[in-house]
Amino acid sequence: MSDSSHQPLSRGHTHDIVMAGLAKRRSAEKRFRLFGLASIVAGLIFLLVLFVSIIGNGYSAFTYANVALDITFDQAVIDPEGHRNPGTLAAADYDTLWKASLEKLFPDVTGRQQKRALNAFMGFSADKRLKDMVIGDPSLIGTTKTVWLPVDDTIDMLIKGKLGKEEELNERHLLDQAWIKTLQDQNRIRSSFNREFFTNGDSREPEAAGIWGAVTGSALTLLITIGLSLPIGIAAAIYLEEFAPRNRWTDLIEVNINNLAAVPSIVFGLLGLAVFINFFGLPRSSPLVGGLVLTLMTLPVIIIAARSALKSVPPSVREAALGIGASPVQMVFDHVLPLAVPGIMTGAIIGTARALGESAPLLMIGMVAFIVDIPKTFTSAATVLPVQIYLWADSPERAFNERTSAAIMVLLAFLMIMNGFAVYVRRRYERRW
Amino acid sequence: MEKSTLFLLILLGSTIAYMRTTWRARTLAETSGRKLHSLPGFYGYYTALWCALPGLLLLLLWLLGEGSLLTAGALARLPESFLDGAAPEKIQLLVNDIKSIAQGSFEGQIDPAIQMAADRFSELTQWSRILLTVLSITASLSGLLFAQTRINPDFRARNHVETVVRVVLIGCALTAIFTTVGIVLSVLIESLRFFNMVPITDFLFGLKWSPQIAMRADQAGSSGAFGVIPLLLGTLLISTVALVVAVPIGLLSAIYLSEYATPNFRAIAKPLIEILAGIPTVVYGFFAALVVAPFLRNMGAEIGLEISSESALAAGLVMGIMIIPFVSSLSDDFINAVPQSLRDGAYALGATQSETIRQVVIPAALPGIVGGILLAASRAIGETMIVVMAAGLSANLTLNPLAAVTTVTTQIVTLLVGDQEFDSPKTLAAFALGLILFILTLCLNILALRIVRKYREQYE
Repeated sequence: MSDSSHQPLSRGHTHDIVMAGLAKRRSAEKRFRLFGLASIVAGLIFLLVLFVSIIGNGYSAFTYANVALDITFDQAVIDPEGHRNPGTLAAADYDTLWKASLEKLFPDVTGRQQKRALNAFMGFSADKRLKDMVIGDPSLIGTTKTVWLPVDDTIDMLIKGKLGKEEELNERHLLDQAWIKTLQDQNRIRSSFNREFFTNGDSREPEAAGIWGAVTGSALTLLITIGLSLPIGIAAAIYLEEFAPRNRWTDLIEVNINNLAAVPSIVFGLLGLAVFINFFGLPRSSPLVGGLVLTLMTLPVIIIAARSALKSVPPSVREAALGIGASPVQMVFDHVLPLAVPGIMTGAIIGTARALGESAPLLMIGMVAFIVDIPKTFTSAATVLPVQIYLWADSPERAFNERTSAAIMVLLAFLMIMNGFAVYVRRRYERRW
Repeated sequence: MEKSTLFLLILLGSTIAYMRTTWRARTLAETSGRKLHSLPGFYGYYTALWCALPGLLLLLLWLLGEGSLLTAGALARLPESFLDGAAPEKIQLLVNDIKSIAQGSFEGQIDPAIQMAADRFSELTQWSRILLTVLSITASLSGLLFAQTRINPDFRARNHVETVVRVVLIGCALTAIFTTVGIVLSVLIESLRFFNMVPITDFLFGLKWSPQIAMRADQAGSSGAFGVIPLLLGTLLISTVALVVAVPIGLLSAIYLSEYATPNFRAIAKPLIEILAGIPTVVYGFFAALVVAPFLRNMGAEIGLEISSESALAAGLVMGIMIIPFVSSLSDDFINAVPQSLRDGAYALGATQSETIRQVVIPAALPGIVGGILLAASRAIGETMIVVMAAGLSANLTLNPLAAVTTVTTQIVTLLVGDQEFDSPKTLAAFALGLILFILTLCLNILALRIVRKYREQYE
């Protein structure tokens, strides 16, 4: 250096400079390391908070409060003519039965206001439960039996303590609270597994709303997605990796695939709306259209995964196959593809898991409709689990809040199983060459 | 016959054709004493293809064209007065009625004219079904018979089958191109219709967005306001918040994981962080609306700040959490790709580990990291569910992250969920927004991929 001639550096001098700065540099080192660790911890804390808040909010939706009522199956109410005609039994007014029973439990309830509150104590499905009992066993008519019946969703929220503290409750809630207290003292309230949540379709009434319709819709949609994207994706990957000449066209396809993988999912929804629904006239809200849209979205993921799986099969396998007289097609399908299957499977499962969690493009093609029935075919109106979550998240009722979280837990459980399976396949079957 | 039955029947037929022909080819080889050109299975495949393809092609044709032809036929039966000047959605309703009457699921008063159209519809459906059944079975059978006549030891069955296989493979590879073309065309055509109604300059440079007014065509100010600037600004604001959260956290964790962490720690922490990328966005949206937004609002109230419950901050924060893994795993890749020799050189000069990382490793990996950040940004711009659930609907022209803003994706969803009228600018505006979104993310992606690719080649 030029200035070294003016200030001749002694060994001691350099040493001093280094030593003087060392403490500062060491603490900078420590600080930097700490920042790194802190950001990982921050990421993990986000994850933890997310899971804890969802689970803490949602676990209670898996149980539901039931009340034991002494129901008198009054012939005059259910089947006044005594024919035991199924039509008559189905049309009877079963509300009257539990209302009578409740009135017997609370004889001192008078006044219109209070009576009305008491009549809203039991849930929407109490009626249905009684009806199913009578239709299943008409000999019940005329007897009296203790039956566990589901309460109204507001009551359920009160029992679970989800409506806030004592002072936040309104008059009506306090009235309900008093009744609940009485019933609890008589051991007439218990919480049981909320089967409806897993077996029902959507409903405006939170206590009757379940995820089964959405789960079926998701399953139908994913069937289409897997059925189309897997073969097409693998075929495309085989062509690009094994047969395609390197030219402008194949380059174009490659660039296309990479770009498609990064196109926002909502744009695929626009495509589905314009092409599948408006142009081809396929039915709106159907798993068919949903599956097609998700297929186009998943394809790039599967193609990229399948290509890298094919690439990892060593060339010696190919040469050996060709050497003993296999044609290129035979070589690929009989020798290379079987060896690449674990890698392809892993990619396919991950792609499918992503399709399962996708909701934005499905909003575009009308899968947000309110659908009570369980979808039966690929063309019936349906919704999927993530969209169901979106719909419930928008509902003002408190009871839907915990159901949203519970549905999220179910969705996450599915995703975990799928990803776990992908990890298992990779660990178990993938070969290192 | 139902289409699904027909489909299964054709598949069954070609399976039988495969087995029979394979067996025949094998006996042919034994009885004639000559060597077959191809393995017996290829003769089987050849026949199966000839059996399945014609029938399936017809089926596909029917699936695509039947619906519109049937409704056209039914509508032709309606008196002119029904159709003259009726809006498309009116006709759509009419068609739905006709279909439900034809299926017998219609409840209520039925207009005799519509009843007639419905009868025509069921009649046509009947005929179409019969025609399809006859045609596709004939096609499959004739394909089968044709293939059978060509089976002899000299026939090059394998080559024919392999040609078909190759064509199918190419066709599958082309879906990527078709998808892109489909996206571009569908978005572009509807956007052009939109720009016929709303001048493109108003759209691109307008400062006001209020499409709802356009719903009521008879009222004053019915043109609505379709200025995209507030939406772009909102999108930018939320994405910036997201990147401000995700880039430092993602980058620092990538550095820690690849440079400092023990292998055991890495093996646990890396997959855990990546779980964040696997969580569906609707879950993040719910989390943002349920936990983060109220938390921020209460925090703001504590210190005297007014934070909207639909603030850009809440949505951006949660979106940032979501894209942490994108930043971290891509940065991780590129940091790992920096050759050890560079690090060793820095250590030899007496640099501490953090100095090496800051002054040697990061600059060397910078292009890749920038590419990763651009990809994350494109992800943030296109993200939908979080903003739909946690951001607002009112298009405020503001850069204040505590205020409510709306984004391009939110507006697309709002415009398209519910009633769609493909002749009103309100619905078509969604496609114009989609076009903007597509172009924006495409540019970011191409730029990012180019940077990434260029860099990848550097050290390999």
